Amino acid sequence: MLALPERRRPKRRRHPRAAGIQKIGHRIMKIELDFLAVLAQWPLLAKGVVWTLALTVLSAVLGGVVGVACAWMRAYGAKPLAWIAATYVELIRNTPFIVQLFFIFFGLPAAGVKLTPEIASIIAMVVNLGAYAAEIVRAGLDATPRGQFDAAKALGLGRMQMFRLVVLPPALAKVWPAMVSQIIIVMLGSAVCGQISTEELSYAANLIQSRNFRAFESFIIAGAIYLLLAIAVRKLLDWVGPRFLFGASAKAGAR
Amino acid sequence: MVEFSLWDIARNLLLSVRWTVALSLVAFIGGGVVGLLLLYARLGGGRVAGKLVGGYVQVFQGTPLLIQLFLAFFGIAALGVNVSPWIAASVCLTLYSSAYLAEIWRGCVDAVPKGQWEAAKSLGLSFAQQLRLIVLPQAARIAIAPTVGFMVQVIKGTALASIIGFVEITKTGGMIANATFQPFLVYSFVAAFYFALCFPLSWWSKRLELKMSASGR
Repeated sequence: MLALPERRRPKRRRHPRAAGIQKIGHRIMKIELDFLAVLAQWPLLAKGVVWTLALTVLSAVLGGVVGVACAWMRAYGAKPLAWIAATYVELIRNTPFIVQLFFIFFGLPAAGVKLTPEIASIIAMVVNLGAYAAEIVRAGLDATPRGQFDAAKALGLGRMQMFRLVVLPPALAKVWPAMVSQIIIVMLGSAVCGQISTEELSYAANLIQSRNFRAFESFIIAGAIYLLLAIAVRKLLDWVGPRFLFGASAKAGAR
Repeated sequence: MVEFSLWDIARNLLLSVRWTVALSLVAFIGGGVVGLLLLYARLGGGRVAGKLVGGYVQVFQGTPLLIQLFLAFFGIAALGVNVSPWIAASVCLTLYSSAYLAEIWRGCVDAVPKGQWEAAKSLGLSFAQQLRLIVLPQAARIAIAPTVGFMVQVIKGTALASIIGFVEITKTGGMIANATFQPFLVYSFVAAFYFALCFPLSWWSKRLELKMSASGR
């Protein structure tokens, strides 16, 4: 008698994973996102943004110089110089940034060069951007019409003058969009520098989530800030380039 | 204390190359499939779908891959599901690749002259047919070089999966470096392995590009 009611109830056949899926469903409903807990730590985030921008500006300027120098070496330098530049470019472009960073920060001290995390980050970013910039600038140099050289020669300009005044500005103007994209890629890549405790934005996000266990929220916010930075930096560089880097001469030359 | 010979270091790294290659392949193939769907939505899905795909691409190209990985790893974990680094990295890199590939391929489709679409339409082909029979075969020819070039980026991207604990070349290198106290040597090896993986692809991509531009003239 007692066992009967249980027997009558038909056993519901359920998919073996149904229970698990249901549990997940409940959990999704139960999750409360608390973005304010992350935003309350805004001084940390602000410091992170400042570091990220500082790293980006420094590496963009220095990396740009390295890039132009290597592009010159490859395009007009003597054979050994061109070969050195090509090797550098290929080595960097075919290895991950994180390995370059770890090599500089963990590897070089073993060879006797001790660096702070910040210096190691900047060196890694400059070396990285320099290689990509070299390739980008070279594409611009290759597109220089022959007549430009002849005209510069006819004006009696020296080799360096010719490069600096006649060849480089229009070449930069031509490849500026690619250069801006690369600078932004390097800025986003700088998130890795947090791994060697450079206190940039992703480091701040990690620090915040280790304090309040709001991992999801803090990375969402960090991601949103990076996105805004990427958009803002692109706007800024699109504005800066034509005004300060390659002026009227470039406009004339690009035509 | 276990002594590591040079061969031990190289052998352990060599074994971990499998995981870098496996993750790269998953990300590239998965990204290719999702990227193709995104491309289709962007070209033929109307303005709203186009905007959505554009936003998707912008988000993945405008945020660091590292943050995306953290979100995949901690985000899915926040739902109460324990994800292995392997799953989180595969999902994340697949989505990341799909965004880039969709954008690369859209550029290639745009490079096909508009007249081709119009001619296909005038033959009475449906949108899917126009894309599949007329436009994609021409776009694919242009797409090969940048796609191969992007594979290099995927391989380099997998190095970041080491940070969420996926044991591939970089992670293995870190562990060996900690055990041997020879970070200079070990990271040189790690870099060499990545170079060996990436350089042939870069070289191939460049050659394809040269061949394309030569035949295009």
